[in-house]
Amino acid sequence: MSETNDLIIFDDVSKFYGEVLGVNRISLSIPPGITTLVGPNGSGKTTLMNLMTGLVQPSSGHISVMGLTPGDVAEFFRNVGYCTQFDFFPRGLNGWEFIFDSLMLHGMDEVDAFGLTTEALQRVRLGDAAGRKIAGYSKGMRQKIRLAQAIAHRPRVLVLDEPLNGLDPMARAESIALFEELGRQGMHLLISSHILDEVDRISDRVVLITGGYLVAQGNIQQVRQEVRDKPMQVLIRCDRPELLASRMFAVDHCVEARVHADGKGVFLRTGDVDQFYSMLNGIAAEGLVKIDAVAPADDDANAIYQYLIGSDGSAS
Amino acid sequence: MNQTTSSFRKRVMQQPWDLWWIQALRLTRIEVKRNLFSWRASWIYFLAFIPTLIILIHVAVGRRLQLSMDDDTEILAGIIQFYYIRLGIFFGCLGIFSRLIRGEMIERSLHFYFLSPVRREVILLAKFAAGSISALLLFGSAILADFILTYTVFGATGHDYIFNGPGLGQLEAYLMITVLACLGYGAVFLLLSLIFKNPTPAAMIVMGWEAINPIAPSLLQKISVASYLRHLMPVNVPAEGIFALLTVQTEAESVWTATLGLLVLIVLVLVYSCYRIRTFEIRYTTE
Repeated sequence: MSETNDLIIFDDVSKFYGEVLGVNRISLSIPPGITTLVGPNGSGKTTLMNLMTGLVQPSSGHISVMGLTPGDVAEFFRNVGYCTQFDFFPRGLNGWEFIFDSLMLHGMDEVDAFGLTTEALQRVRLGDAAGRKIAGYSKGMRQKIRLAQAIAHRPRVLVLDEPLNGLDPMARAESIALFEELGRQGMHLLISSHILDEVDRISDRVVLITGGYLVAQGNIQQVRQEVRDKPMQVLIRCDRPELLASRMFAVDHCVEARVHADGKGVFLRTGDVDQFYSMLNGIAAEGLVKIDAVAPADDDANAIYQYLIGSDGSAS
Repeated sequence: MNQTTSSFRKRVMQQPWDLWWIQALRLTRIEVKRNLFSWRASWIYFLAFIPTLIILIHVAVGRRLQLSMDDDTEILAGIIQFYYIRLGIFFGCLGIFSRLIRGEMIERSLHFYFLSPVRREVILLAKFAAGSISALLLFGSAILADFILTYTVFGATGHDYIFNGPGLGQLEAYLMITVLACLGYGAVFLLLSLIFKNPTPAAMIVMGWEAINPIAPSLLQKISVASYLRHLMPVNVPAEGIFALLTVQTEAESVWTATLGLLVLIVLVLVYSCYRIRTFEIRYTTE
């Protein structure tokens, strides 16, 4: 398999809904693993996913998913599963029929479809409710049955639009564990979510978009590197946080200091990481403060999102 | 030239026809079930069987009256020509076929089909087949019931009219008209639902066009479902006033020409619908 056949590629893709911008000149190259799509409401996340799966056509540019395009329907949708955020279903079906019917449309025989339906329902822990009408499901169950339908045919690429919406904490944890497992199996997972803290832990990389524009992409550390001019927050666990804060706050690059709620550490925000660590080493060597641990406190998607996009959704 | 033909034939033969056939069959089965076994279809059942109910009452009352078989034969022909073709099948097909694509857009469930490994043309044709089967089952069985009820009341004479007279031929013609009407209106309404978010106003224009079509120039008469069906009616309905407009035959055509003409019209509409659905976008937010 060539390298290109392992990638999801957006090549200068734009989408306009009449005069309204969906996404503008997006170029992306996404390798296997778990990729989180981050952006505020209306930023173009769903448009990007719909473009990728052919539900909408690009106004310009080209998209290929592992060398396939949505025009090649049979091959494409055997390899791609899309769990949309549309909370609607064909009328009158129960959970089992919903998945079984969709598998039968792949052209497989009933025995195979039966086996895969059972497997998918077990993976999302919905086996007991399979015989009930979907119309009677809770929001969380509907989310799960959509996920089951998207993974039932064992795709190589799984696109998940807000997959954690409506799930209770237990179901969220189960879903995230499932995503991790699928990612470990070498599957492409493209996830959009507002619950960044949870997907952040399992993401290999993030793609940040706002207002239809790509803001940044890469693994979280790489993206963090792109914003090195932004102050970075570090948590230092130590025995004398006030003293450490006063020493560090005396230098120019340290712009904020906040003692941890438990009184056993301090959050320091610095604009020059290299200088910061050099000074911290000096203080540690002096022996005035006993430092137990040092860790970046904002090296996650949420913090980067705040830096790059801002809480109001406008890119900085 | 030969090389081009041979390469085209090779390409056609290489297509996964078996898979498309299986997918179309399965999709059709799912859709027929949804079309027929739903509370939302109840008004179409009503449209199909309301004449049957009226004929049943007529038969029950008629046992005490002197009924004329000639009169009842004309009444049945009138019901089929004026009610079923112009109203019942027209609005029934509007309900069934405009729901197939547009209805699923409104219910926001069309994406499940568009995300399956089924060509959109196969989806469209399977949905058309399902709509046609549903409409035919409803209106075909209603017309069959109307026919049986109409002649049952005459006992042995009615039996003789059906099996030794023109009865079976007329029934055959009525059923053929029903098939063509369902396919014709079905194709038109399926296309309208692909073009318009609300196909009903456009359907009303089609209805008006069908009504004034007999007085349109000869070429324009070809673009009509009802104009072809008029030539297939086995019994002439004596009509007066406004009804005369619906029965007039300005261009004489053989049964075969009329049937073939309508089938060509249906194929053309479906080919254009297949072209439209290839670029059809899922944009629920704008619905």
